[in-house]
Parts: sequence; structure tokens; C-alpha cells
Amino acid sequence: MKTFQIVLRTLVQKPWLMLCAGIVISVVLLALIGPHLTGYNYAAISDTSLQSPSFAHWFGTDLNGRDLLTRTLYGARMSLLVAALGTFVSLTVGVSYGMISGYMGGRVDSIMMRLVEILYSLPSLILVIILVATLEKPVTAALQHLWLGSIPPRLVLLVVFLGLTEWLTMARIIRGQTLVLKEQAFIQASAALGQAHGRLLFRHLLPNLSGIILVYLTLTIPAIMIDEAFLSFLGLGVQPPQASWGTLIADGAGAINPIQLYWWLLLFPGGMMTMTLLALNFLGDGLRDTLDPRGKK
Amino acid sequence: MNASPASRRRISAAYILSAWLAGILALALAFFYFFGGWTLSEPADLTICNGDEPQTLDPAIITGQLEGRLALALFEGLTTRNAKGDLVPGMAESWEISPDGLTYTFHIRPDAKWSNGVPLTADDFVQSWERTLNPVTASQYAYQLYYLVNGEAYGTGKLKDFSQVGVKAPDPHTLIVTLTHPTAFFLELTSFQTLCPVYLPGIAKYGSNWMKPPNLVSNGPYCLKVWRLNDYILLEANPYYWRKVAFQRIKVLPTSNATTCLNLFSSGKLDLILDKNSVPASLVDKLREKPYFHANPFGGTAFVRYNVKRKPFDDLRVRKALALAIDKEDIVRKITRAGEPVADTLVPPGNKDYIPPEGPKYNPEEARRLLAEAGYPGGRGFPNVQMLYAKRSTPEQVAIELQALWQRELGITSITLRGQEWKVYLNTQSLIDFDLCLSAWVGDYNDPQTFLDMFVTDGGNNLTGWSNPTYDHLLDQSQAIPDPAQRMKLLQEMETILVDQDMPIVPLYYYVGISLYRNEKVAGFEPNFVDDHRWGALYPPEKKP
Amino acid sequence: MTTLILRRLILAIPTLFIVVSLTFLLMRWAPGNPFSNERKIPPEILAELEKQYDLNGTVTSQYLRYMGKLVHGDLSISTQYRNRTVNDILAQALPVSVLLGGLAYLLALMIGIPLGAYAAVRQDQKADRLAMLAALLGLSVPSFVLAPLLVMLFGVKLHWLPVAGWGSPDQIILPVFCLAIPFAAAIARLTRGSLLDVLNLDFIRTARAKGLPEEEVLYRHALKIAILPLISYSGPALAGILTGSLVIETLFDIPGIGRFFINSVLNRDPMMSAGVILVFSAFLLFMNLVSDVLISLLDRRVKIE
Repeated sequence: MKTFQIVLRTLVQKPWLMLCAGIVISVVLLALIGPHLTGYNYAAISDTSLQSPSFAHWFGTDLNGRDLLTRTLYGARMSLLVAALGTFVSLTVGVSYGMISGYMGGRVDSIMMRLVEILYSLPSLILVIILVATLEKPVTAALQHLWLGSIPPRLVLLVVFLGLTEWLTMARIIRGQTLVLKEQAFIQASAALGQAHGRLLFRHLLPNLSGIILVYLTLTIPAIMIDEAFLSFLGLGVQPPQASWGTLIADGAGAINPIQLYWWLLLFPGGMMTMTLLALNFLGDGLRDTLDPRGKK
Repeated sequence: MNASPASRRRISAAYILSAWLAGILALALAFFYFFGGWTLSEPADLTICNGDEPQTLDPAIITGQLEGRLALALFEGLTTRNAKGDLVPGMAESWEISPDGLTYTFHIRPDAKWSNGVPLTADDFVQSWERTLNPVTASQYAYQLYYLVNGEAYGTGKLKDFSQVGVKAPDPHTLIVTLTHPTAFFLELTSFQTLCPVYLPGIAKYGSNWMKPPNLVSNGPYCLKVWRLNDYILLEANPYYWRKVAFQRIKVLPTSNATTCLNLFSSGKLDLILDKNSVPASLVDKLREKPYFHANPFGGTAFVRYNVKRKPFDDLRVRKALALAIDKEDIVRKITRAGEPVADTLVPPGNKDYIPPEGPKYNPEEARRLLAEAGYPGGRGFPNVQMLYAKRSTPEQVAIELQALWQRELGITSITLRGQEWKVYLNTQSLIDFDLCLSAWVGDYNDPQTFLDMFVTDGGNNLTGWSNPTYDHLLDQSQAIPDPAQRMKLLQEMETILVDQDMPIVPLYYYVGISLYRNEKVAGFEPNFVDDHRWGALYPPEKKP
Repeated sequence: MTTLILRRLILAIPTLFIVVSLTFLLMRWAPGNPFSNERKIPPEILAELEKQYDLNGTVTSQYLRYMGKLVHGDLSISTQYRNRTVNDILAQALPVSVLLGGLAYLLALMIGIPLGAYAAVRQDQKADRLAMLAALLGLSVPSFVLAPLLVMLFGVKLHWLPVAGWGSPDQIILPVFCLAIPFAAAIARLTRGSLLDVLNLDFIRTARAKGLPEEEVLYRHALKIAILPLISYSGPALAGILTGSLVIETLFDIPGIGRFFINSVLNRDPMMSAGVILVFSAFLLFMNLVSDVLISLLDRRVKIE
């Protein structure tokens, strides 16, 4: 896979990017196994509330006596999960839409892009807020019906709708690239040989788009992560006792008072989130330089 | 002048940059001028944090304490309270009570006026009380007027002719009230907002807009000058009020977040925090040492309401199980932290003549046994239920803790939390649209009845769906009985049924009031049982009335 | 030009219609009628209350009535604040949000453009790297992390600035700053990129080769072209500022439209939600139109159609 090799080579050549990739991978690993390793349960209340960091609690505790390290790592899991799945949704929709639009060309393309323009100008996150709040009960009912009742309905809503907010940029870029690739010799040849459209799209076009897909992937993930944290901060994301970085930061921000500085409540989740976002953005920039020369630094 | 290319470059760059910055700043100032003028607020002598945006200012339908404070700054009843909380003459300058305790004759002061200069008459009271009792108004507190002859009949719609109800205005300055039984606390009720008069011509003229400034006509110490939703309310001294108030302009902030309140207080943008919910519980220990910390005990209880009409809370065993599984010490120690006493009964201590029943104690094993017996061993199969609470700092933390406690002790994982803004919460609670509800009650007068008479069948403030004819009967009996000691025994029997036997509610803890204010800035705030601190009685220390 | 404007306007109306309808119907469909009850309110009184607040009849009839009123500019009574119309509330809250958002955008431009231009002129040198690192940092720190940190520092520790609230000029500083930072960062990156692109264009090289002085090259020709992407970014930027104001208003307890919107969603107030969405969307569609018109004015070469 050509893209993969290019990526690896870039990483090796630029140590900063390697560091960022390393940070992202370690955060993912910590999120996956961390909550089980700390020895505390993320929802377990205790009597030691609002303790500053110590040997027993590396990140301190919150108001209900819950260990902040466990909750931060659990929050990482939530945030990363929503970001990953949401990006997947965004990818699926965006790439398909963009490819089809570029491939079809002409009137169809023009209409499809007009739609994208309109959607682009709408305050999408605000619409998401409404959708998540109002569809919660029906989705809960539907999940119970399908015996998937243990999946938090909010999670499903967030993944789907946040994914649907971010697909527009991807669609535009993919469409642009498709228009270019469409004219290339090997595509023309395959078309002339009578290959079905589907095969053309998925066997020939798609692999050549993988570079640019990867770049915008690294940009979509942090975007969705921030969106999810945003919604959770406002109380419209995951609910107690579950945690996501957004809710933890909201708790930390809410605890700011003139008498006692509960700095750990804000610093650790906020710092971890910022670090992850920084690494992802840096990585995205770096990859974009290599894979998409048209992109702006 | 022949400048070198490099310096020319730099000069031009600086030139362009400063032009750019100047342009932006000019735009910014224009913005600020235009929009700032509309949004920057007016100055005030005293700024109070009231805890949330009020649901309404209509005294006839108010049930919440924060709305009550505002209403009692705007309106005044026959009597009012002074800074100490004692009952003093209000709109009525004097009164007589007949020897049998059934007839009260109030003399309205001759200079009583509304804030638009129109004189206030006894008939205003008659019409206002009619409005409160009228079923169309749907006042949850209408039962405060059931002590009047035929009050209950009119309030429940059985009687359509108000002239048969025991309140009459034979002349503009005399009000005669007749009660069905002697009621010791009736005079206290006349200072309560439900019995305050409202300006009916204004309501007729403006309809549902009558509460907006400048339409609101009031008879109390203040008028409503500004009401910006979720921003602030500005009260201005009523020129026609019969007394002089010390603070001419009071700004009321609806800040619901406790830490924000504290932040505003410490930066001087707020002078008085009255509500304990507006003080962050986790900081109470540290705040206790500060000179601006004031403790004021009063009669109030926090409790959980069950909706006994919905599964699974229609089963007494489930109600008992959840009640016995709450480690109330944990809540007062960790969450509320102001030294609240744990409550196993509803009526708070403070009345020396009343001896409460024992009340159920924390017993997790028994709780687990009962839950299993009810069909949910280990919490398995427990249906999805929601606990409603008002989205203010302390109730939210208590709710989260309760959820965690029930999970820990009973294994129930299907309780979700539903936090709502105060006024929405009040509405939802009043419609009994919940499974569980975190509630609280502050006494309206110093007698156990103010806590117990809520829970009669279909009582306006019952809100659990619970009904027990024995309980209702005991209340009626207690109102007719002349001997106070006997009456207290009946009330104790009632409370036993309420908290020990049927358990439609679970008491959690008794309130300990905390207020924050600087002694150099505010005086006239003194502890009293009903936590009633009239803003008209506040004064800056140098201007003692 | 006129065709462009007309086309946009014609498209805008159905878009707004769909968005507002969707909001209204979703909110009304969601269970939780303010008057649904298990308590005994006599049916005649219930009917009266429902009629007063426009909640009687089926959802369809409510919707039609709402739309009818909307056409006349009446945004209906808010179901949370029963004695206020949505028009009242918007009139109270809009100036606050406009002030906040407007100042934030201006600040973002004020910081972002010079920073980006400086970085472009010093391409690949230390100054450039530093500036772009700062911009990346500005993009990566979410506003709801930055704001509490700044509040802790400037408000609580140093006591220089108030912690929350709205009403006096010093309470505007932190919220505007926190709202502006991510956009300043994006604008800086955008400016640098587009300036670099432009400076490498053929005709600029030609002008340089011809010996035109550097600053004339820069400021006369390059800037005019470089500014185009910035103008087209203003649409998404304003959308982002509108959205970002939700969090800033919540954090700083500012009584702007954002906070009312969140409450309206949580409290199931369809009138308020629909009203806010209408205002937001109309504003954004309008700003997008304005920016496209500006672009086509500034550069005849750029074809929109």
C-alpha cells in the first residue's frame, strides 16, 4: 500500500511527527486498558472527596470521591470512541457523496454541490443539539426493541449526528480529487473496457484517494472530539455517572471559586484533551504536507 | 528624502498595520456603543442573589421560596414581618380577634395605596382572595384559604357563590374574616404571599402581560422596574408605600450556580446571598471562618417524593427498600456539609410542643430483603425510573449521590437523573410527571401542620398521588380539637402514618440556612423559623431605621 | 450579480423553512407536553390553558398556526416564560450576543491577520515556525478549557478581571477574548497560506522582476487576492462564533441568545428553539451571501456560477 509506506517514511523522517503519533497511540492504549488498571471504578463514590493528587489518587478525586485518573481515562475512552465512530460515519457519507458527485459530473454534480453549500452555511452543531435532545426517547425505545438496550442512546445519537456534521469538507475535497482522477488514463481505459461503475469507483478510484482521505481523517477526528466535548460540557452529551472529557472539564470549570483552587479537576482532563488534540492536529498538518501538496500549511 | 528600500518597506508595513488596527478599533467602539447601551445594566444599592429565574410573580400561584421572596418585596398582605421575623401590622394597621377565635376584624390603614397612587381598599382583599380560591386560577396553595368559612367549598368548585365565603368588606377600610375553626396560625398566614392582594384592574387590562414592568402595580415596599430574563430584576422603592425603606434600588440576580454566586460575591458584584443552595457545599467548612458567613437555622426539610401511582413505587416494599438504603449521614457529611441534621421524619425540630415519631432508620440489609421480596433481588429487573431534581448545585450533587448509593446498596442501575431548571422543575413536579423527585419544604408558619397538611388526598402540594383517608380524617379532627396537647398527639399520629407506615416520601435532612453578607454593607437580616427575610426590612448599618 | 443574489435568496427561503419546520416538529413531537399531567386539573381549565399557550389541537394544526404567525413576524409565546413572546426575548438577548460575537470576530481579525501576514513574510524562519505553533495551539485548546484556565488566573488568583456576569465593561474582556482565540488562530493560518500562495503566483513574480518596489507588490496586488479566502472563511467563522458563544455564555453566565437556546432545548420550548434557529440560520445565510458578493466584486476572475 503506497500510502502506508509514504506515511511511515514521513514519520521516520520527521521525529516530531513520530512523537505525535506516539502520543496518540499511547492515549488510545491508555483509554482501552487504563480504566481497568487503576484499581478504581469510574463510578465508585467514596468518602475522600476533593482530594488533591496523592499516591493513592494520582489525579486527585472529585466531589463525590471518585478517582479522577480513572475517570479521565474512562473519559478518554468515551471521547475517542465517539470521535472514531463519528469519523467513520463522516468518512462513509463524505467519501461516497464526494466520489459519486465527482464521478457523475455535470448537472448531478452541480446539484449535489449546491446542497453541500447550503448545508455548509447552516449552524450544524446547533441543529445537532436539537436532534440529540429530541430524539433521545425514541432512540432509547428503539434500542430496547432491538435488544441493544445496554448501549447508551446518547452515544448512538452523538456518533450519528456529529458524523453528519463533519462530512461536508470531506465530500468537497473528495469530489475535487475525483474530478481530477476521472480524467486520468487508467480510469478512462477501465471505463472503455466496460467495467461497471461500482467497480471503477471502489476498485480503482478509492485506493487513489486513500492519501487524501487519511489527511482529512486526521482533521475530522479532532473536530468531532471537540464537538462531543462541547456538547458534553453543555450537558447534552454523555450523562452521569459516565464521563467524557467534556463533562470532566465542565465539573472542573464549575468548581472554580475564590476560596480553594481545585486545579486538578480542570488541569488533568483539560490537559490530556489538549495534548491529544494538539498531537492529532500536528500529525494532520504533517501528513497533509506530504500527501496533499495542494493543502495549506 | 531618499530612504533605503528596507526602511521604506518597514515604514509602509507599520503604516498599513496601524491603519488596519485603527479601523478595527473604530468598528469595535461603534459596536460597543450601539449594543452596549442596550445591555449594560443599571446601578443599584444592594445586589441580592435569589437562586434562579422566578417561575412567576403572581402571589396567588407562587409555591417556591425564591418567588416568594420577590413577591413579598412587591406585595404586602394584612400583616408583614419585621427584621426579626415577628409579625407586625402591614396593610392592616390593627385588628381584633373575637373571643371564640372565629372572627377577625382587620382595619386597613387609611393611607394604603397601590404603586400607581390608587388607594387600596378592603375590597381589594376580597377580590384577590376570590381569585386565589377560584378553581380557574389553579393555585396549588389555595388551601391556605380553606380555613375560611366555605373556603374549601368554593375552592373545590362545589360552591359557586363567593359571597357565602367568610370574608367581607363592609366598608373600604374594614375587612371581616370568619373561620370554620379557631386557627392559631391564621394571622401568620395573612403575611404570606398567597393572601396578598393584587391589582385586579391591571390584570383585567393587560392579561398575561400584567407582570411585566411597567405594567405591574404593587402595594409593597418595592416596584418592579426592570425584569430581564436570566439577567437581572431591578426593584425600586415604592413611593406610595406607607414606610420608608433603606435601600432604594435592589438588583436581584438569578444566578443558579453556587460557585458563580460565590465568585460574584467575592468580587463585590453581589452583596447578599440568602439561599443555602447558592453557597457551594464543599466550601462551607472554609467559609465558616469568614466574617461574612452567617448561619441562620430555620424549619425546612429536604426529602424524596415517590410517585405512588407508577410502578414500581406503587409497592410499599419498594418504597421502604429505597428509603432504608439511603445512608443519610453520607449525604450530609459529604455533599451538603453545613452540619445538617439527618432527618428521619418530615417536621423539623424547632417547635417545643411537638414530639415527632421515631421514623425509619438506615438499614441496608432490611432494604435488600424487602427489595428481593418485591421481586427485584439484587436490583435485577428493576424498571427504568427517573429521578427529577432542580438543576441547582446542591440538589444536583445530592441526586448524583443518591443514584450512586442506591446502586451500591441495592444493585439498582436503572435509575436515571433528570435535572431541570427551577421553574420547569416546579411545573413538572406540580404535574406529578416523575417517578422520584428530590423535593424540599420550608415551613410557612411555626407549626407542624404546615408540613403535614400538604399530604392530604388531592392536596395542592401533595404531588405524590398518595391518599390515605385516615390521614385526612386525623387532620380534620386536629383542626377541631381545642386542647393543644391533644392536637399535637393527633399530628404525631399523622406523621407516623406518613413517614413510618405508608412512606410516600423519604425525609433526608433538615436545612441549615447559610447566608453570606458583609456586615459593613447589610444589616437587618436575622434568623427566624420560617426563613422569611423581608427585603424591605434590610438596611445599611449606618442608616438604622 | 443580481442573478446571484436572487438565486441565493430564492434558495434561502426553502432552506429556512425546512430548518425551522424541522426544529418545531421535532420539539413538539418529543414527549413532554408542559400540560400533560397526572394531577387533577379540571378539563375545561386544561383546555383553556392549552389554548392560551397555543398547545391545543394536533401537532399538525399547531404547526400550521405557528407558521401562519411566523409569516407575520410573530414568533409566538415561549412555553418556558409564559408571559413573554419569543420576539420579546430575542429583543432582549440579541444585542448581548451581537456585541459578544461581533467584538470576538473583530478581535480575531485584529490578531489573526497581522500574525499570519508576518509569518508569511518570514517564511520558514524561526518567527514563522513560532507563529504557526502558536496558531496550532490556539486551535487545539478548546475554548471551554482555555476560559476556565484564564478565569482561574486572571479572575481568582490575580483579581484583575471579573469571573462571570454581564453588565459592566470589564465583564466583556475575558469572554470576547476566549471566544476569539480559535478563530484568530484559524485566520492566522489561512492568511499565511493564502499570502504565500499569492506571492508565488506568476504575475507577482513578473512584477518583482520588473523592479516594482516590494511593498507596492505586496500591498497593491498580493493583498487583494490573498484576502479572498479570508472573506469566504467569514461564513464558517461566524457560524463557529455563534456556536462557540453557547459555551462562552454558559461559562460566564451571559444572558445572550446561546443560553436561551440551550434552555429552550432542555426545557422543550419549541417556539423559542424554532425562533433562535430561524435567526441564526437567516443571519448565516445572509452573511454567506454578503461574502460571496464581496468576493465576486473584488475579483472578476473568480466565477461563482
